[in-house]
Amino acid sequence: MPNKPFAITLKPGTSLSNLTGSWRSARPVYLDRLPPCNNACPAGENIQGWLFHAESGDYEQAWRVLTLDNPLPAVMGRVCYHPCETACNRAQLDQAVGINSVERFLGDEAIKRGWKFDKPAASTGKKVLVVGAGPSGLSAAYHLARMGHKVEIHEAGPLAGGMTRFGIPKYRLPREVLDAEVQRIVDLGVTLKLNTKVEHIAQSMKAGGFDAAFLAVGAHIGKRTMIPAGDAAHIVDAVSVLRSMEGEDKPMLGRRVVVYGGGNTAIDVARTVKRMGGEPIIVYRRTRDKAPAHDFEIEEALQEGVMVKWLSTIKQAGAGEITIERMELDDKGFPQPTGEFEKLEADSVVLALGQDVDLSLLEGVPGLEVKDGVVQVGPNMMTGATGIFAGGDMVPSERTVTVAVGHGKKAARHIDAWLRGTTYLPAPKHELAEFKNLNTWYYSDAHKTVRPMLDIIRRQTSFDEVQGGLDESNALFEARRCLSCGNCFECDNCYGVCPDNAVIKLGPGKRFEFKYDYCKGCGLCVEECPCGAIKMVPEDI
Amino acid sequence: MLKQMEGSKAVAEAVALCRPEVICAYPISPQTHIVEALGEMVKSGELQPCEFINVESEFAAMSVAIGSSAAGARSYTATASQGLLFMVEAVYNASGLGLPIVMTVANRAIGAPINIWNDHSDSISQRDSGWMQLFAETNQEAVDLHIQAFKLAEELSMPVMVCMDGFILTHAFERVDIPTQEQVDAFLPPYEPRQVLDPTDPISIGAMVGPEAFMEVRYLAHAKQLQALELIPQYAAEFKEKFGRDSGGLVRTYRTEDAETIIVAMGSVLGTIKDVVDDMRAQGHKIGVLGIISFRPFPMQQAREALQHCKRFVVVEKNLAVGLGGVLYTTLRMAVAGLKLTGYTAIAGLGGRPIPKSSLHKLFLDAEQGALEPVTFVDLDWDVVNRQLEREKQNRHSGPIAENILHAKGMSSSAKFG
Amino acid sequence: MGYQTVKFYQTGTYTVGNRLLAPDERSVQAGERRSNSINSGHRACQGCGEALGARYAIDAAMAESNNQLIAVNATGCLEVFSTPYPESSWQVPWIHSLFGNAPAVATGVAAAMKVKGRSEVRVVAQGGDGGTTDIGFGCLSGMFERNDDVLYICYDNEAYMNTGVQRSSATPPTARTATTMPVGKEPGNVFGQGKNVPEIAMAHGIPYVATATVADLRDLEYKVRKAMKMRGARYIQIFVPCPLGWGAASHDTIKLARLAKETGMFPVFEAEHGEVTGVLKIRNKQPIEEYLKPQKRFAHLFGKHAHPEMVAHLQAIADRNIRKYGLLDEEKVNAQ
Repeated sequence: MPNKPFAITLKPGTSLSNLTGSWRSARPVYLDRLPPCNNACPAGENIQGWLFHAESGDYEQAWRVLTLDNPLPAVMGRVCYHPCETACNRAQLDQAVGINSVERFLGDEAIKRGWKFDKPAASTGKKVLVVGAGPSGLSAAYHLARMGHKVEIHEAGPLAGGMTRFGIPKYRLPREVLDAEVQRIVDLGVTLKLNTKVEHIAQSMKAGGFDAAFLAVGAHIGKRTMIPAGDAAHIVDAVSVLRSMEGEDKPMLGRRVVVYGGGNTAIDVARTVKRMGGEPIIVYRRTRDKAPAHDFEIEEALQEGVMVKWLSTIKQAGAGEITIERMELDDKGFPQPTGEFEKLEADSVVLALGQDVDLSLLEGVPGLEVKDGVVQVGPNMMTGATGIFAGGDMVPSERTVTVAVGHGKKAARHIDAWLRGTTYLPAPKHELAEFKNLNTWYYSDAHKTVRPMLDIIRRQTSFDEVQGGLDESNALFEARRCLSCGNCFECDNCYGVCPDNAVIKLGPGKRFEFKYDYCKGCGLCVEECPCGAIKMVPEDI
Repeated sequence: MLKQMEGSKAVAEAVALCRPEVICAYPISPQTHIVEALGEMVKSGELQPCEFINVESEFAAMSVAIGSSAAGARSYTATASQGLLFMVEAVYNASGLGLPIVMTVANRAIGAPINIWNDHSDSISQRDSGWMQLFAETNQEAVDLHIQAFKLAEELSMPVMVCMDGFILTHAFERVDIPTQEQVDAFLPPYEPRQVLDPTDPISIGAMVGPEAFMEVRYLAHAKQLQALELIPQYAAEFKEKFGRDSGGLVRTYRTEDAETIIVAMGSVLGTIKDVVDDMRAQGHKIGVLGIISFRPFPMQQAREALQHCKRFVVVEKNLAVGLGGVLYTTLRMAVAGLKLTGYTAIAGLGGRPIPKSSLHKLFLDAEQGALEPVTFVDLDWDVVNRQLEREKQNRHSGPIAENILHAKGMSSSAKFG
Repeated sequence: MGYQTVKFYQTGTYTVGNRLLAPDERSVQAGERRSNSINSGHRACQGCGEALGARYAIDAAMAESNNQLIAVNATGCLEVFSTPYPESSWQVPWIHSLFGNAPAVATGVAAAMKVKGRSEVRVVAQGGDGGTTDIGFGCLSGMFERNDDVLYICYDNEAYMNTGVQRSSATPPTARTATTMPVGKEPGNVFGQGKNVPEIAMAHGIPYVATATVADLRDLEYKVRKAMKMRGARYIQIFVPCPLGWGAASHDTIKLARLAKETGMFPVFEAEHGEVTGVLKIRNKQPIEEYLKPQKRFAHLFGKHAHPEMVAHLQAIADRNIRKYGLLDEEKVNAQ
């Protein structure tokens, strides 16, 4: 600094030559942690990822990111039991983010706006047969098609959708929504052959020249149980009842309908009966809190006037009435008979005791292993038969639409790898973003948006959709409730709170970088990162 | 223009002619009249643009001047005595930062006991503060030194104290030639700072400097004062050329041509001394005077040259380095190192004690006759002193010295200072 | 509080920035081109609250003054760690004179700017609590009283840190410092002393007085910018935790500032011409222990020889602040 007093007067900003990074014993590093929603999603959706785009109002991009994993957001936004919300860290702050409602909004928006999937990758020349147009089959077909394979779906029934159509009532999933999302997959170039039952998989593959097959025939055979019944007793299974709702001939169940079971299907049947003008009574052997049905579904059923006999089993079914026995739970929570009986008026009994898989198409296929009524698959979703993969309700797993969609994606990736002669290796999972990793002080107080519900009279008398969707403003609000657990959402906190200006802001979408020359390792950025996307790692000293 | 006016007012007019941009004012006698006059000039619009700031202390006065000077404004303040001591930290800081502030010190004693009258203890206490110190002999010289001081300060980027005897000069009505604005403007260019706080060219002023560079910084301050030894006579010459009178410079000799005895002093007492010297010359004594105008930087060479042919010198000084003697004498000893000279210190006029010609006459005669102690206290009342010393010897609870002395001299403190 | 609370944007105004906010709604600190008035390479301790607070405040002042700013600095940590020869961290014109004269030096700078007709150049003076509430207090009061055109910012870390953690008139009761050791009958700093400089500043009737913390950046920037829009003497006291002096983890600096505000220990408010015009409400009131426990300077209040009565006394001080300034919303008061 010529002409200025020596030593007393200094040039500005010259401390840059003092590299304070050498003081550090630990360094902050950016990382992506696995958000609990993503971790919990059976369909493997990148929920935090698509909410990120929804937060900025870029719904199309959000939808595109969402559909990289799941082609059926409008369906899932209605029927998924959203384990993501159960896992959501925000639940520990106020209430979980309404992920499901935003997903539905995106799905509906896509239908409304006519968004199409991106064109598939270049054709691989490989052909894959997908058996069954349920959620798993549709999912697999979608992913395989996007990977460039030629896909044919062979569906035994008259319409696509599988259990989403034949097992879930309209009031939960309007059919035009389902149709629109199926059509979008077909528009991708997937061949959908309806009323085409695959009788024998090996033959169908050979006949069609398929290089691989994905079986997803679902579980459509209602389980029966032995109930002593007179000839006049009218006993049907829940799947048949729900399926017949989709056809011309509505089921004839009479006025008083006993639904036997405590699962979601039992609830669906009971609520369907109510809408048809009947008087449903659910008989279940255990208590409400032990019932496998989701509590909100039970609650909605009760609101609509569905009666429930908890702790009861059917001992005998006759014409116009049944006998039930009161049960009580033992120490281990199992129901035990009490010998106390009661008679109930019943024009029919609907058994909602679960479903079995029709495995007839697999007969004679070497290597296939069937156990407990379901097909065994390896970690890559391939059955014991080379080139034949399976998923959805026909393999051992929880039977939900979301799991089925997840199977479809997972199988598609493995089929793709197998067809290319490689092995699909999923990227290693990031460490989980736990609540303790967050600094929740930074999030605005915001309670979950309550979705509108159809009025009770129409719920009891029509098949109109019960739960409404979000509109744009509250979908945006709900998306912005996301804490972005474990993933930088560019809040600028690290950039702001560093006392040493040792963070570089790289610009929109590019996140941040540390200037390790100056970072002293104080850890303020880690502590003040709202979403836990930075951690300290010890320096090698 | 010749005017009959109070010294303070004359200085105020001189300062105003220098176009100061920031003036910090805090009242303390005997300086107050200067800033009062300046305040009026600023408020009336006669002096503008100028910010006149009534600060809350001398410490603030110097601090405000530090800020304004560093920000490129020609800055001025005035103080005295306790005020100077109260601002000491900032006084050192101003010179350390190399800020060309000009400050008038209306020299006054330092308490306790509190005393508003003249001596040089205040300025002398700041002899090592890094400020240049110019002592005025007359009000005319006080006027002229202020004009030179701004030029000197700003050229070197170092602060200057113009020292003038409190009351004796500040409150004396004398004929003074106040130069015109044109004359001053021709002599003193606008302030062009060597460093300035400015957003268009940011710098950091006032760094912490460690052992690796501190000595160099200190030496550079010293070097500036050495440069001033060149500049001060140069400016005095230029001043003479433009204003037509001798003012300033490093030293001024009076009748020293063949002097065997030279009296050395600073400030207004030189006038009395010259009168005595004239009287003694008339009586045939070979006696002369050396007036020190620049106490900092101290003109070693010039002082030595002035003294080298005499036999003895007597330093009449208005300060007391307690436990040692006179500060100016000690300094002069360094100047005449190696010369065979007898020197005497005469401490005089502390706290406003009059220095009558008679006392000086006696003092100088004693010096000529070799009858002086190395340190002489002019007109000290030995009776009072001895009585107090005796009292203290006998009684531990001997009471406050000043009160005792006043009592002994028959003056009650309340009557004198109430 | 007066700064604009934006429509709900995930983090609202709590985080430094947020990509969802319109650029003009983001903080100065969120800007890629913020002035970084005090740059990297300074020698402040890890997690220094004062270094952070200084950049927050001076950057905001720079933004508001269109980079026409001169800063004056009292002696203290900030000065020492930013300008040891031969390097300066400052990117603004900056001067350090003495420990106790920053307000007066700033007055001088402002006077120089005024006399030169450079009204666009604004002056900020800054110092720690010792330099402000103790040794610089005379000059501060003088600057206030004259209503000089200076924004004075006190970085309050509640003790003389640069000299080794000695008590200042801003040190809270019970706190351990090198001159208030946790020994004797009344360990730590005593109750009943200390100086409330924001209120004293208000008593001068100056145009603007505010308190802020490094935990509420948006509030801090709002106050600095508001102050910079005004002329005359303005005072902002910013609460800046000192990891070293408080015996706290370097990563807890902001957390402690947040807790000081959320407990009521440090009331965050603003006042114009001597009247309180706004307070930053407590969002989630915390008991005083939450604030005290992470700090070793209060360690003697807990543990084996605990002083619950002193903790209660501190709680009472916090509660009094809450009442006095109305730091809790009505419904939160009722829920107490």
